Amino acid sequence: MEEYIVELEHINKSFAGVKVLKDVKFNLKSGEVMALLGENGAGKSTLMKILSGVYTRDSGTMKVFGKEYGDLDTKKAHELGIAIIHQELNMCRHLTVAENIFLGRETQKGITLDNKEMVEKTKEVLDSLKIDLDPNEIVGNLSVSKQQMVEIAKALSIHAKILVMDEPTSALTAKEIDELFRIINQLRSEGCGIVYISHRLEELSHVSNRVTVLRDGEFIMNGEFQDCTMDQLISFMVGREITEKFPRVSCEKGKKIFEVRHLNAGRMVRDVNLELYEGEIVGIAGLMGAGRTETTRAIFGIDSKDSGEIVLDGQTVTINRPIDAIKAGIVLAPEDRKKDGLCTKLSVRDNLALPNLDWLCNAIGKVDTKKEKELVDKAVSNLSIKLSTEEINAESLSGGNQQKVVIGKWLARNSRVVIFDEPTRGVDVGAKVEIYNLMNELKKNGTGVLFVSSELPEVMGISDRIIVMCDGRITGELSPEEATEDKILAYATEFEAKI
Amino acid sequence: MNKNNSSWFSRKMAARGVRSVVTAAIGFFILFLIFSVLSPQFRSGNNIQNLLRQIAPTLIIGIGQGFVLITGNIDLAVGSVVGMACMTAGTLMSRGMNPLLACVITLVFSLAVGVVNGILVAKINLPAFIATLGTMTVARGLAQLVNNNRNTDFIGSDAQGFRNLLYYDNFLTIYSTVWIAIILWIIMNFLLSKTRTGRHIYAIGSNLEAAKLSGVNAFRTTLIAYLISSFCSCLCGLILLASAGMGTMDAGTTYEMYAIAACVIGGISTLGGTGILAGVIAGAGIWGILQNGLQFVGAPVALRNIIIGVIVIAAVMLDVVTRTGKKKAK
Repeated sequence: MEEYIVELEHINKSFAGVKVLKDVKFNLKSGEVMALLGENGAGKSTLMKILSGVYTRDSGTMKVFGKEYGDLDTKKAHELGIAIIHQELNMCRHLTVAENIFLGRETQKGITLDNKEMVEKTKEVLDSLKIDLDPNEIVGNLSVSKQQMVEIAKALSIHAKILVMDEPTSALTAKEIDELFRIINQLRSEGCGIVYISHRLEELSHVSNRVTVLRDGEFIMNGEFQDCTMDQLISFMVGREITEKFPRVSCEKGKKIFEVRHLNAGRMVRDVNLELYEGEIVGIAGLMGAGRTETTRAIFGIDSKDSGEIVLDGQTVTINRPIDAIKAGIVLAPEDRKKDGLCTKLSVRDNLALPNLDWLCNAIGKVDTKKEKELVDKAVSNLSIKLSTEEINAESLSGGNQQKVVIGKWLARNSRVVIFDEPTRGVDVGAKVEIYNLMNELKKNGTGVLFVSSELPEVMGISDRIIVMCDGRITGELSPEEATEDKILAYATEFEAKI
Repeated sequence: MNKNNSSWFSRKMAARGVRSVVTAAIGFFILFLIFSVLSPQFRSGNNIQNLLRQIAPTLIIGIGQGFVLITGNIDLAVGSVVGMACMTAGTLMSRGMNPLLACVITLVFSLAVGVVNGILVAKINLPAFIATLGTMTVARGLAQLVNNNRNTDFIGSDAQGFRNLLYYDNFLTIYSTVWIAIILWIIMNFLLSKTRTGRHIYAIGSNLEAAKLSGVNAFRTTLIAYLISSFCSCLCGLILLASAGMGTMDAGTTYEMYAIAACVIGGISTLGGTGILAGVIAGAGIWGILQNGLQFVGAPVALRNIIIGVIVIAAVMLDVVTRTGKKKAK
């Protein structure tokens, strides 16, 4: 019987009276990768923050390397060899790679910093991971994936025996993920115990040895990863069978609602033509940087258009600013929730009310709190947004619930066209299905739905028509029946011949 | 290896905002040339000595403000602490206390303001702007209270040594005030660029959360920055006292703006994480040369204020425009 290097038993934790962890247990052996699964808000990140000393638990026991510990702080956790790579990258972008890696435990020579030594040691760590990076590069100049590598190097430079990775791949490309897996395998073979949190079940099957599932702050199961099927894991996570990963509703195709004619906006939107009919969902597929987001931004009036016409219900509409689009009945749920979708410091109530203040306010501009409450309650219940009170900051919600707030802002307006840009990014399986159902609901009510997604199974599963973009142009259109990943990819890589 | 090192150094300096420092330094020399051509009195040796002594107090409070700005905070209490220090020391000296003892007591009072600022900002997590707006008003009130709402009498001939040491002495044709500023700059620049505390000051200004998660004591670091700022303000107040020979209640009024302007012109971002103390020299230099030079070419006070205000905005705009321009080009 192998020894556990981490043993957590009966862990409880509440925030502001809300129990987020209830009697949770968790264990980890050396030399294994433990997948930690659960829906958004299941308590995975909280549990790992307790392990790494960011939060303190309310009750429960914690054993690390067989020894029991009371409350840890981040420094003590570091000394024990526990390192965590947080979901949000935590780098000082003004400092160099070496400065970041040694932040908080700089080597000194007398009273001055020993930069040379730190750079040398950083080089060693980077070399041992076979990461090609200059220790003196400023972190702000690096791509997100390189910053991710720096995070990993930082974790390892403290000789971590226990490494927690919280959604490490959400910002990485396929090639970079391979690189990450190579490093994970290397670390595992060196005896490091790794906790891996991810929503992407497919990628977990490549690296995980065992799995622990949490749901609503409770421990559900743990076991060997290979003994579980994907469907089993999903039902453990959401607590019910998900019968259809991509629910489809068939609707009569109605009259034409919306049309974009010869839209041009910079290099990334060139002569785009789109049509949208009642009762259909149109998916826009393509590679990163194909101009999909730029197209939605130009339609919505965020970026200026060079030329083109937008027709809504047979009438040409002029959209120079987002407010023009909103008034006309075209709304956008943008890609980057935190940056574009939410006022993170405002409450959920404020966020939901924000684009609706025009009709929530009375003649002298005072917000009608009764109407506002109705709107908020309706959005929260219709979208089943999980929250303790609608007064909490939007940023304190989990990713899936944040996304629901972004969508909820627009639903009260009875818009004609709703554009979703990557609506399910960083969202768990259960919440994904809820979002699909919502899109289907809109489709049934005769609202035009346009959605951009990089996940091909999703595009093929939900859309009634698939438009593929490459390099700012529409290169193909497919029906779901004829669409295959290969066909979509062929269109998505149809670059113009260089003259 | 050496070549690698130099490119590392230049990259690091770029991230710290060295470009703005170079721009400001060039601006300083251009202004110097313009005023020298326009006014023979300006370029006289006597005025150059005075100009340097005029720049020194702004440089001193600019250094303190620089530390606070790099942590991503702001210290609006600077001017009031200057006034408070000036009045406290002035009151004590005019009543016959030993100048050295008076200075020590004044320093303790001034640092107390820094402690309060640090606690309010980094322990209680008040926005720095509001917290120091409050302590600014309180410190100004204390400056008025300390001598019963009157300016002090002449601080007496016993304090002549103190006045000479801080203001009137002249060593190698450079006034003592300037020497004090130079020594302070060297010490503080060492602290900021070579020590662990300095590194932590950049780190919490760059990403507070990341710094905390890396085990940086954010409270201690912020507190140190505010203490340095209060120390510099106190020093500036003592210099004003030495210069005038009496404590005035409105000494240092709007000096927090001088300090912020010196930093911003010198490339220290008010958003935190970047900037070097060399920039404060250039920033305080531009500030001082405009005050001094515009006087010699006969510009009225009102016009001087307008010109200086426009230059502050232009300096920040130049920085913002060049930065976003570079980003777009990527």
